[in-house]
Amino acid sequence: MKVYKYGDNVDTDVIIPARYLNAPDEKSLACHCMEDIDAGFASTVEKGDIVVAGANFGCGSSREHAPLALKACGVKCVIAPSFARIFYRNAINIGFPILECAQASREIRAGDQVSVDFATGRITDETTGKTYQAAPFPEFVGNIIESGGLLKSLKDRGVAR
Amino acid sequence: MGMTMTQKILARHAGLDHVVPGQLVEGKLDLVLGNDITTPVAISEFNKAGLTRVFDREKIALVLDHYTPCKDIKAAQLCAQVREFAQKYEITHFYDVGCMGVEHALLPEKGLTAPGECMIGADSHTCTYGAVGMFSTGVGSTDMAAGMATGLAWFRIPAAVKVTLKGKLQPCVSGKDVILHLIGTIGVDGALYKSLEFAGEGVGSLSMDDRFTIANMAIEAGAKNGIFPVDGRTRAYLEGRVTRPWQAVEADPDAEYEREVVIDLDQLQPTVALPHLPSNTRTVDQVAGTHIDQVVIGSCTNGRLEDLRQAAAVLKGRRVAKGVRCIVIPATQQITLDAMAEGLIQTFIQAGCAVSTPTCGPCLGGHMGVLSDGERAISTTNRNFVGRMGPVTSEIILANPAVAAASAVAGCVADPRTL
Repeated sequence: MKVYKYGDNVDTDVIIPARYLNAPDEKSLACHCMEDIDAGFASTVEKGDIVVAGANFGCGSSREHAPLALKACGVKCVIAPSFARIFYRNAINIGFPILECAQASREIRAGDQVSVDFATGRITDETTGKTYQAAPFPEFVGNIIESGGLLKSLKDRGVAR
Repeated sequence: MGMTMTQKILARHAGLDHVVPGQLVEGKLDLVLGNDITTPVAISEFNKAGLTRVFDREKIALVLDHYTPCKDIKAAQLCAQVREFAQKYEITHFYDVGCMGVEHALLPEKGLTAPGECMIGADSHTCTYGAVGMFSTGVGSTDMAAGMATGLAWFRIPAAVKVTLKGKLQPCVSGKDVILHLIGTIGVDGALYKSLEFAGEGVGSLSMDDRFTIANMAIEAGAKNGIFPVDGRTRAYLEGRVTRPWQAVEADPDAEYEREVVIDLDQLQPTVALPHLPSNTRTVDQVAGTHIDQVVIGSCTNGRLEDLRQAAAVLKGRRVAKGVRCIVIPATQQITLDAMAEGLIQTFIQAGCAVSTPTCGPCLGGHMGVLSDGERAISTTNRNFVGRMGPVTSEIILANPAVAAASAVAGCVADPRTL
């Protein structure tokens, strides 16, 4: 569960460059994830690793390919003080966890071993022993996540056929 | 407490009398939009969820504009998926090569956007339509799939930033400078999760094309949407385009705004954004002389007729500098026809520009003008992120069409007023 750390305003063009959007399958997206900001990311990231970043993570385009690429790489979640709003929606809609926590974003260092309890929003930096509390999801949003994504929740409610 | 324009439109579409910032609502959609990059992912989610019907085939718009005319086999396969879906579900507003344009220039032109309406689009620049006084916002592919199936979307009611415009724009200054100046002032997350509500006597002096450009880049300040009041210019623009009834909304006099930014249009200078954030702004005189390799004039931000007029006014009787490539992309077929009728296309070609069929191509580094290592473009597009138009070592400077055209002539960043 090692941490990859990035700064403010990580945009969707560096999460997955547009030149790869013509092949939206998960495997291909995973191969090029974060390529323009961290060329070694896709080859070193392991299942369960965590991305900790600065403010406005995921700004820019509406491409759902961005959270899909991170998810396909095995990234467990992204922790940041704030997320760009379309990335925020997309992550929730596809069931990819994101946590808003400014203090954790500031203090957790690259390479730290970090664990996260999604039920409580508790983040633990095993390397330093410090714990952090992420902002809880609003109930409506929590229900979407619990259903396993937006489309499943709409089907459960019978509004999508 | 009163409501802003955005809050009123969302309340109306959620069937509520009143909403407050932070409230989560489900709103009825008047239109759902997608393009050739986002729609295939939406179709795949739609099919995976076992959905078999769309909520209203006349309220879905599918525009093949990003990698088209198809740049490679994979792009062609994506377009084929969208084409097949459009046929299967008999989508009325399906725009393929030959009638398509850059989506955010095309939809208003076709009368698909009207005051008071509510729409989502799987493209971040869907916020463009706030120019006609409606709520429109960018979403991802799953939201698009859900919208196509149900005609509904969930929204968190946004707080608002009021942008009060005073005075009148000076020559060679346009909507692009207003929005770049604003983003430079409040930052790329200065309006995160919020609506940008434009107001003030200065609005009246802005053309519709200026308003489209300004609303288009609301997302570049992190905003959920940008919205303009409906006035005589809006009504004149809608005349003959929108035939269905529509109902404009006005902000309540006691609407609450988290913050107010005042922009004096008289004082505004041609403004550029240096690499690699739209908030990294300077006035053009501060960076005049900066080397460039390529110029792009077009996109959903600045590919409309008035943009082309401003560029042509600079390029008329002049030549693109040796060693610089200038690519002009009218945003729709109609804009191309209008530009031809006015002699603008001839001006561009005589000046040594390449003129293209509508496409988003170079803006996202897709095709039709990708940069090489270390190259720098000045572009009328909307994003100058690392690697946006080419390799990570390439750079983009954002500018208005007159500045871009002047730079093409000078071979370096140039002020059109002193060319």
